[in-house]
Amino acid sequence: MSPRLTQKIAFTVLFLATLLVVLPVAVILAIIVAKGASAISWEFLFSMPRDGMTAGGIFPAILGTLYLVLGAVLFAVPLGVLAAVYLVEYSSDNRFSRLVKLAIVNLAGVPSVVYGLFGLGIFVTFFRFGASILSGSLTLGIMILPVIITSAREALESVPRHFRTVSLSLGASRWQTVRHSVLPHALPGILTGMILGLGRAAGETAPILFTVAAFYLPRLPQSVFDQTMALPYHLYVISTQVPGIAENVRYGTALVLLALVLLLNLAAIVLRYRFRKRKKW
Amino acid sequence: MKPARRRKLKEWLIEKAILLSGVFSVVFVLLIFLFLLREGLSLFRGESVLDFLLGKSWYPISSPPRFGILPLILGSVLVTLGAAAISVPIGIAAALFIAEIAPARLKEALKAGIELLAAIPSVVIGFIGMITLGPWIKNLFNIPTGLTALTGSVTLAFMAMPTIVSIAEDAVTAVPRQYREAAIAMGATKWQTTWRIVARAARPGMVAAVMLGIGRVIGETMAVMMVTGNAAMIPTGMLQPVRTLTATIAAEMGESVQGGAHYAALFAIGIVLFIITFLINGVADLFLHRSRR
Repeated sequence: MSPRLTQKIAFTVLFLATLLVVLPVAVILAIIVAKGASAISWEFLFSMPRDGMTAGGIFPAILGTLYLVLGAVLFAVPLGVLAAVYLVEYSSDNRFSRLVKLAIVNLAGVPSVVYGLFGLGIFVTFFRFGASILSGSLTLGIMILPVIITSAREALESVPRHFRTVSLSLGASRWQTVRHSVLPHALPGILTGMILGLGRAAGETAPILFTVAAFYLPRLPQSVFDQTMALPYHLYVISTQVPGIAENVRYGTALVLLALVLLLNLAAIVLRYRFRKRKKW
Repeated sequence: MKPARRRKLKEWLIEKAILLSGVFSVVFVLLIFLFLLREGLSLFRGESVLDFLLGKSWYPISSPPRFGILPLILGSVLVTLGAAAISVPIGIAAALFIAEIAPARLKEALKAGIELLAAIPSVVIGFIGMITLGPWIKNLFNIPTGLTALTGSVTLAFMAMPTIVSIAEDAVTAVPRQYREAAIAMGATKWQTTWRIVARAARPGMVAAVMLGIGRVIGETMAVMMVTGNAAMIPTGMLQPVRTLTATIAAEMGESVQGGAHYAALFAIGIVLFIITFLINGVADLFLHRSRR
């Protein structure tokens, strides 16, 4: 076989493999939209479930997920950004900063269900928060910490070194330099990480299984110490635990969850793309 | 207080807060392990570690209960190997295509697509796997249920691919330009360069990519619970229902009594999972650093 022909065949095979990776996104999206769009209505999005969740809407699950995700981000963003500032701006490459980096890698690799166990052990039981929005948010917050730290680190590292040198040479202190010469330029990147974290927290089920998620609640949560329903858990419940749910309600719930998560991720991708394009250095 | 001193104090406080935030990641890893031990170790007062790891029966609610997790370990291993067999070749091929062959615009689009695949919640993937792939496999092989190890492997392969592709792609892109230029100058075709030079130079990064993909598969919970049928028996083939370590925790925690042996056993499974993923991620990180050098 001539090298040219080999190349042609090889490139075709690689291209087909790539299609196999990317096509499922389109297929999954198409199936869920085709079968779920008919369920989407004002009532479905904004009313309580009725008749053993076979009728009515999924409002408490949507609201619950919003609460959880907001709580997680409120906890994780300040902590994550400061940790990134530590790694990029304050630490030299010593043994401790390497330990921190290794810890972040491992936090990213801990299985989501193990986060659930951890949340159950520490927040629900040890701190006696019970199964509550607080416990669930904190668990999700720790889970998305690596996402936030990694994006913030990349954003900070992309700010050129001489920005700092100039600021320091004008007599600014280290924190003033970080605050006024570095952080503003890293903001879009940090925001991207925050949105990615939001999306990740919105979609996860296993960490909230034992820390907050309720099978069904007749009323909306009143405080951070209440349990709540949540979209991903609701989808799990109605697709495996409760018989007799209409097919389009299941697909409709999947569609709402998928739309929420994908829109957040798309926003992050667009933001990052524009940020990179606009960069002046 | 004078303004200058106040500013100094403020800066001092902020610097301490920043240092503390750095410390927190380490603290969280330690806390996770500590709390798993705290709740899980009580199991080993009545049960030896070996009986737990190598016991062949998992009957947590019979009396006396049996807490042998060998069937669960084998379930996880089987599903993971299946998923790796599918996702590694496809993922590496896609990474080579995206990094070396695709034109710039297509490359951006493909990378965005892969990022979106990574973003799909596992419960949605499980849902789709359960109602489309499951029945299809059931009819194809003419078996009583479509929720099998194979269904789990195929589903999880798609969840491992984004990890494998994006990390392997980084590794391929990081191969120095001169390698390619030298190969082309020697008269090699683009494909020969890609396959014999670039892919080989990127090998440590690819190993890391595969390991992290496998790490993701072992830890995956919801999708695997929804599509593998959850039978806690020692598996003998790909076309049988199996149950994984993760699914066992997720499925049984709700019915266990807090502080009881079953509860402790589920946390002990968590310890096993934590150690496995800790090792995988640690080794993958070593490979990543080697590839960067």
